[in-house]
Amino acid sequence: MSLGRYAFAFLVIVGGVNSAPVHAKTIQVVIDKLVFSPTQVNAKVGDTIEWVNGDILAHTATVRGDWDVMIAAKKSATLVLKKAGSFEYYCRFHPNMKGQIVIEPE
Amino acid sequence: MRVRLSTAIAAAFLLSGGAFAQDAAKPTDPQIAHIAYTAGQIDITAAKQAIAKSKNKEVLAFAEDMVRDHEAVNKQALDLVKKLNVTPEDNNTSRSLAKQAADKQAELAKLNGAAYDKAYVANEVAFHKAVNGALGTLLIPSANNAELKSLLETGLKIFQGHEQHAEHVAAAMK
Ligand SMILES: [Cu+2]
Repeated sequence: MSLGRYAFAFLVIVGGVNSAPVHAKTIQVVIDKLVFSPTQVNAKVGDTIEWVNGDILAHTATVRGDWDVMIAAKKSATLVLKKAGSFEYYCRFHPNMKGQIVIEPE
Repeated sequence: MRVRLSTAIAAAFLLSGGAFAQDAAKPTDPQIAHIAYTAGQIDITAAKQAIAKSKNKEVLAFAEDMVRDHEAVNKQALDLVKKLNVTPEDNNTSRSLAKQAADKQAELAKLNGAAYDKAYVANEVAFHKAVNGALGTLLIPSANNAELKSLLETGLKIFQGHEQHAEHVAAAMK
């Protein structure tokens, strides 16, 4: 067993982890004055949603029983989309804030 | 104009149980700023009482949300009045709101456990409803300065969110 072989195996594993689909993209949803915009986004499994919070308040992007993303005041937060479907999300702190993400299979 | 204003005041009266109907005349910007700030402070005080008294996880989380949000909004309100060189002016509506809130706090202080939690959350629903009614029918339409009006409009969206949040907490306690 040479060191070289370990290194090779290691490279193969890392390479495998890194071979994410090239089309995966980041989609921004801006929060301004308690509004998610765009309100509805279309994405694919593997894409990332980035919420950019311009408000002085913390918000969440929550799907009951599924995800709960905390978005601090004046900060951003991300979520990698793992499964296909149509998801209505809302803010737990201000349930009048609503958005939707339609996720297609990869 | 006279009719419309009195209708707005009547609507606010129904929702608040009186506090918003003290001033017959249309409130000025310095008075509006004072009323909005007072309403925020009242909710912060109520939330701090809840944090000290409650053991219910949902109620505690809600109260902490109220402190955080209303402190952030009131800080923004203070920054704005400073920038506009407006001095918030005490008035009968503010005084009446503060009096009602103090009475409510004394009433809540006597309760404990689930009875307290229920009464606090029910009052949060009612209080936000009253403030939202006054914002929508009286304070926002009366505001002259565009930036003040815009801050009140955002405030209305936040407080409507709180009202729904409080309703969710109330529903979960049943
Ligand atoms: Cu929110």
